[in-house]
Amino acid sequence: MATQAATRVEDKLYLNRYLVDAGRAHIKVRPHTTPSPQLLALLKLCPARCYEMNSAGQVEIATDGCVECGTCRVVAEPTGDIEWNYPRGGYGVLFKFG
Amino acid sequence: MIEERFDAIVVGAGMAGNAAALTLAQRGLKVLQLERGEYSGSKNVQGAILYADMLEKLIPDFREDAPLERHLIEQRFWMMDDNSHTGLHYRSDDFNEEKPNRYTIIRAQFDKWFSKKVQEAGAVVLCETTVTELLQDARGKVIGVRTDRKNGKVGADVVVLAEGVSGLLGTRAGLRSRPDPNKVALAVKEMHFLPQETLEARFNLKGDEGAVIEAVGTISEGMTGMGFIYTNRESISLGIGCLVSDFERTGQTPYGLLEKFKSHPSVRTLIEGSEVKEYAAHLIPEGGYKAIPQLFGDGWVVVGDAAQLNNAVHREGSNLAMTSGRLAAEAIFQIKSRRDPMTRENLALYRKMLEDSFVMKDLKKYRDMPDLLHIRAQNFFLTYPQLVSKAMKDFVRVDGVTKAEKEKATLRSFLAARSLKGIIGDAFNFARAWR
Repeated sequence: MATQAATRVEDKLYLNRYLVDAGRAHIKVRPHTTPSPQLLALLKLCPARCYEMNSAGQVEIATDGCVECGTCRVVAEPTGDIEWNYPRGGYGVLFKFG
Repeated sequence: MIEERFDAIVVGAGMAGNAAALTLAQRGLKVLQLERGEYSGSKNVQGAILYADMLEKLIPDFREDAPLERHLIEQRFWMMDDNSHTGLHYRSDDFNEEKPNRYTIIRAQFDKWFSKKVQEAGAVVLCETTVTELLQDARGKVIGVRTDRKNGKVGADVVVLAEGVSGLLGTRAGLRSRPDPNKVALAVKEMHFLPQETLEARFNLKGDEGAVIEAVGTISEGMTGMGFIYTNRESISLGIGCLVSDFERTGQTPYGLLEKFKSHPSVRTLIEGSEVKEYAAHLIPEGGYKAIPQLFGDGWVVVGDAAQLNNAVHREGSNLAMTSGRLAAEAIFQIKSRRDPMTRENLALYRKMLEDSFVMKDLKKYRDMPDLLHIRAQNFFLTYPQLVSKAMKDFVRVDGVTKAEKEKATLRSFLAARSLKGIIGDAFNFARAWR
């Protein structure tokens, strides 16, 4: 079921245009050993499924498919779990319709 | 980056920012507008419905060349359970008027057009430029912005923050707090393309006519939320949004909810065979009147979604954005004309103008609605839709059960689910919040 959902989101993101700022992730996850409830919530909450759990049980982010909605900032910036910025000017998602 | 000083800097080129920049430039002020996308619109997400009245105040003849999709002649409200919907439809040929009141638009295209008007009015519009920080003097007065361009500082007498719902700059500068998860909804949306004739046949439309469907019920899995289907010329904007705090609590995924909405028997046939061309997500301010932050200060004002100006009950946001942007610009122009400084005291004029407009009056009217719908989400978004659906099914099905028995069963099902006291309480609270 989880894999099915993952495939579907990737298929959705594939429709979008992006200009990826290679090597400059605009959102960073604070290094941790055990993820906070907020970080765990982002695994399901992020509409682009940017947050994934690695094999060591820590939450990681890959910002390439980010749609810049700001949901993770609202949830996990207050706790200091993530550092949130907009991408540099011109980079990130480029909506054709919006 | 730019040596010269400006009368005003507008951060952001959405509805609020464009309305502000246009008005300021039209009044002859020297304006710099900064936008992080490659053009105005490329980062902007909305359903989207445009209200003519608020745009007419800015660009009276907008119908001549604005990229409008369809004018709306039909509104459908659906209350859904898993297999059915109970609907309220309003359709009128009166909406086929010379100057229609509501249109569907596609934001990336509309905003690009709007931005062209801003440039023609004389504003300097600089895209692909992210503002990273507000510049403040020792006393906290905002004196300009820092951008991510080389030597990226620019100064101005006043900064108009039209930075959108996240409001990063204002939060960072301590002008207001970050929106709470229970005061913003996360909406996800897809663009479904269909041949124009197919779309018009499915929605019973001809020419430029358009229809809107807004739906609540079991589609939001007991969360405070709403699904929407808007007809564009040859595409359908389809999406669903729920409070972020509800997503957090339930562990539902936004894309899972979207897929479920799309596969509902009442929706599936409308989008059958469509080609999906984009997937977007966006936050919507839902806190209403009580969530409005400080709107002005020394050297700054905040407009649009960044000021949480959104009427969730009537699903109006972009017109509040346009109006707040325009009023902020008019206040700035008046202060400037008097050769007064852009102090907190003087910029209070913006708040006053907003109080006198429909923006604050409407939001004040519904100030208790967000709390009611958010706290009692289960009743309004799950229990009642299910009860109504059951009652409708019993009403229309002819199966030998007497009408008296059916009515009794319906009444019993309502009482069992919510109790008489509960139903009266819900009705009373709803009426009071609506008043």
